Amino acid sequence: MKIAIPADGKNMESNVCVSFGRAPYFLIYDVETKKSIFINNSAAASTGGAGIKAAQIIVDSKANVLITPRLGENAADVIKSADIKIYKTIAGSVKDNIDAFTANKLSLLNEIHAGFHGREEN
Amino acid sequence: MKSMPGFMDEKKINMKIAVLSGKGGTGKTLVSVNLAAAAKASTYIDCDVEEPNGHLFFKPEGVQEENVTVKIPKADDKLCNACRKCVDFCNFNALAHVKDKLIVFEEVCHSCGGCILVCPEKALTEREKVIGKVQKGTSDQVSIYTGILKIGEASGVPIIKKLLDEKNPKTNKLTIIDCPPGSACIVMESIKDVDYCILVAEPTLFGVHNLNMVYELVTLLNKPFGVVLNKCLLEEKNPAEKFCIEKNIKIIERIPFDNELGTLNSNGEIAVHKNEKYRELFSSLLNTVTKEVWHETTINP
Repeated sequence: MKIAIPADGKNMESNVCVSFGRAPYFLIYDVETKKSIFINNSAAASTGGAGIKAAQIIVDSKANVLITPRLGENAADVIKSADIKIYKTIAGSVKDNIDAFTANKLSLLNEIHAGFHGREEN
Repeated sequence: MKSMPGFMDEKKINMKIAVLSGKGGTGKTLVSVNLAAAAKASTYIDCDVEEPNGHLFFKPEGVQEENVTVKIPKADDKLCNACRKCVDFCNFNALAHVKDKLIVFEEVCHSCGGCILVCPEKALTEREKVIGKVQKGTSDQVSIYTGILKIGEASGVPIIKKLLDEKNPKTNKLTIIDCPPGSACIVMESIKDVDYCILVAEPTLFGVHNLNMVYELVTLLNKPFGVVLNKCLLEEKNPAEKFCIEKNIKIIERIPFDNELGTLNSNGEIAVHKNEKYRELFSSLLNTVTKEVWHETTINP
């Protein structure tokens, strides 16, 4: 099973990024092999639709679980279409969140926000 | 040598004037509506499609409306071979491919048609989607056109195209285009074919920042323009005026900060219909703009 988390940095002590679509990196953690890979989020620089593209990256990484502080509705549509389970992060590093997840201490992310689509455009 | 402009001068009567500003609330609609009303026989086009409000002043009659549509891609999953060329191509990230299905995010799509062109399997076709409408009505001798974009849609440009290149009757009338705020694509589309741009500015530092945005735009597009300073207080410093002097920008009118004008405007009244002093103010502005346009066509035909 693979877990994806938006991260501010490229190591296990990095903080979880507050944004999903604009996170600089994603941690892809393999629970069986305990291997962690940090991938660049090429969606972060998008002028629009970053959440959709970031979600596609998560789908393509073959993650089964996404742990994130928040998620917009377009990104959630993509994630849910791929049957990826969405959990809410807790305070702390990405490692703290992996530990919390494996200890069954995380809850499912219920609130999906409406996104900021188009509001920065004229 | 051309004769001095008179009211029979064809170029003058046919001229298209855009009214724009870098932000909302500076007085675009105040200036547009009152210029159109001061001209008596004219065409007023509200291109501020996200929140058109000119109609609140004109209260047009005999309103007819027409939907505006754009083309959105539709995928045939049987033909799709999951190459994802369309997903990678889309600069707006309106497409995702999950579990052998293409997901189209309609509100994010800008209808460029690129995905259809890059699909090697011809799995994508287009379908029509309504994004808003245009309304047409009249108020005295003014023809009123209003563009209305549906909430959540990505771009009002198709509505502006419809408003401006439509079979808008080619009468010998002055056309006033009330632009959207800012300096984005939607504004460029609105001023593309105009003869002159009026930039409305507020007497604040924030006003200067916003004036600079539209100043850069009209300069880039090489449009003749002048500035109307709105909400002027005689005894106060006016940063927008200072900016104009520094940049050598022509100030074509100063509208005072005036309680009566503000009250009329917030009650949805057309000031030139209510008070002779406002008729004089906006007639004089119209005259100045007319001379500016005539001057432009003479030196730069």
